[in-house]
Amino acid sequence: MAKRIDVKDLNLFYGKFHAVDGVSLAVPPRNVTAFIGPSGCGKSTVLRSLNRMHEVIPGARAEGKVLLDGEDIYASTVDPVSVRRTIGMVFQRPNPFPTMSIRDNVVAGLKLAGERNGKKLDEVAEQALRGANLWAEVKDRLNRPGGGLSGGQQQRLCIARAIAVQPDVLLMDEPCSALDPISTLAIEDLIQELKKDFTIVIVTHNMQQAARVSDQTAFFNLAGVGQPGRLVELDDTERIFSNPTQKATEDYISGRFG
Amino acid sequence: MSDSDTVGRPGAPGLARGARGGAAPDTAPEAPISTPQGSGGTPAQPPKVITRPGDKIFKALTVGSGVFVVAMIALIGVFLLIQAIPSLADNQANFLFGRDWDADPEGGLAFGVLDLLLVTVFSSVFALIIAMPVSLGIALFLTQYAPRRLARPFAYLVDLLAAVPSIIYGLWGAYVLAPALAPVSTWLNENLGFIPLFATGTSNLAIGQTIFTAGIVLAVMLLPIITAISREVFDRTPPMQVEGALALGATKWEVVRTTVLPFGRAGYISASMLGLGRALGETIAVLIILSSTTSHFGFSLFDGGDTIASKIARAAQEFNDPRGAGAYIAAGLVLFVLTFVVNAFARSIIAGHKEYE
Repeated sequence: MAKRIDVKDLNLFYGKFHAVDGVSLAVPPRNVTAFIGPSGCGKSTVLRSLNRMHEVIPGARAEGKVLLDGEDIYASTVDPVSVRRTIGMVFQRPNPFPTMSIRDNVVAGLKLAGERNGKKLDEVAEQALRGANLWAEVKDRLNRPGGGLSGGQQQRLCIARAIAVQPDVLLMDEPCSALDPISTLAIEDLIQELKKDFTIVIVTHNMQQAARVSDQTAFFNLAGVGQPGRLVELDDTERIFSNPTQKATEDYISGRFG
Repeated sequence: MSDSDTVGRPGAPGLARGARGGAAPDTAPEAPISTPQGSGGTPAQPPKVITRPGDKIFKALTVGSGVFVVAMIALIGVFLLIQAIPSLADNQANFLFGRDWDADPEGGLAFGVLDLLLVTVFSSVFALIIAMPVSLGIALFLTQYAPRRLARPFAYLVDLLAAVPSIIYGLWGAYVLAPALAPVSTWLNENLGFIPLFATGTSNLAIGQTIFTAGIVLAVMLLPIITAISREVFDRTPPMQVEGALALGATKWEVVRTTVLPFGRAGYISASMLGLGRALGETIAVLIILSSTTSHFGFSLFDGGDTIASKIARAAQEFNDPRGAGAYIAAGLVLFVLTFVVNAFARSIIAGHKEYE
């Protein structure tokens, strides 16, 4: 439960293209870390490398270390599938499995892990849906398809699906970018609650959102077109938004570029 | 852009409702938006439709094409019916349930289509049972497992199978496959002969002009059809779904099972039914392979016989008497209807899963 992440000198590539250069950062447990920065600066790429989803893209590879409570998830003995079982992920667009019911969506991860006990699955489904603030809205239609929910509900269903397996870390890749303001608020509230149990890393394009939900913020930037993205600054969210040490961070936050 | 402008005005009262709706958990936040738009009540101005000659021509062309297809099918049906009715009226046997075929007008017509129909369905279903799993395997291999460099030429090769003329398949089946299958069919017959499927039939196993051989050749002919369509469908599995499964810690096979297969299921079934349609109507390969027989079909793979299509083709040179030809056309009508039934069946399977798509 709720492990810390230490990234050490991480370089990420898409084929020959060097996408992210030498990122080192630390994410404490039970903490929300936000990644901000202009488009193409590699923040999503870094996020995806934290549960080895980066490498599922053909030609993509990673160099460096990502330590989960001191254990390198890129060690040669580590199976990426088992990494992804302990580090959950929520994507930009809600992606519930359309052919599964709401309940089956939530317990999909557990079923993959081999849990067959129907009663246990029902319990976990309820717990996860309550955890994602969705239980009250769907408890009467658990056997209906997940695709019939609204966008915001679908995203919370995906969060329920991710937390149902009790991951150590929860990664969120712009989880609100496809949602309306009310649903966004619901997700942001939810992040505050999930923080009690999980280590959370969130990528967002919305700086107000980063300021609202995160404890620390990492600013990524590109040196120029075709150059790799890099981490400019990582600090407490309050400091980043009031008194950043780097000029580039200040320019970005005050809206002078990007 | 303009859409949000028009929604803006009538949406204003709806916004307050939407906010409260957000607090009440069972109403979806999006729901109220459509209501103010529909019951806006503002006197709607008659919409100004701009029509250019291109629109008219294009519309005429598309409507024309649509009508043409429907008319063609209807006309074919009517043609078959008109040609068949006089012979059916003269028929001294039960057409649908009679098992003997005598379409010689000299001695009086007595033809029943049942045996032909049974052989047609039996051989096609047998072919489908072989072709469906193999095609599924090929399509999954090509879309999920094969390295990209290999997948393209391999897919091309499979497509090429569809381009081989069926007469070539027939020759290959009769002269290469049939003798090669002799040991297999003999073994099946000797060891599993107590099952009616493998019972001794009307055809000589050493020569191999059996439904068994024909069905396997048909299966090879179906492979490219089912594979090509399934491959297209599987390739369109939304990447977001695949990533969702991967992020939950799914292995390759689990990704296929949770996303690719459910997504492609309807397409795979349609593809198989399309293949079945092809098998039901396949003529020349079956004609070359199957040995003709006068005894009744005994539900054995080692029977000979004729499908509707091969029977018609066998007799085609002697269509000099309209009444004799009419008997065969009546059989053709049965085949025509059969393909409709198969298609309707496929559609009903797909429609049953609509809710989840």
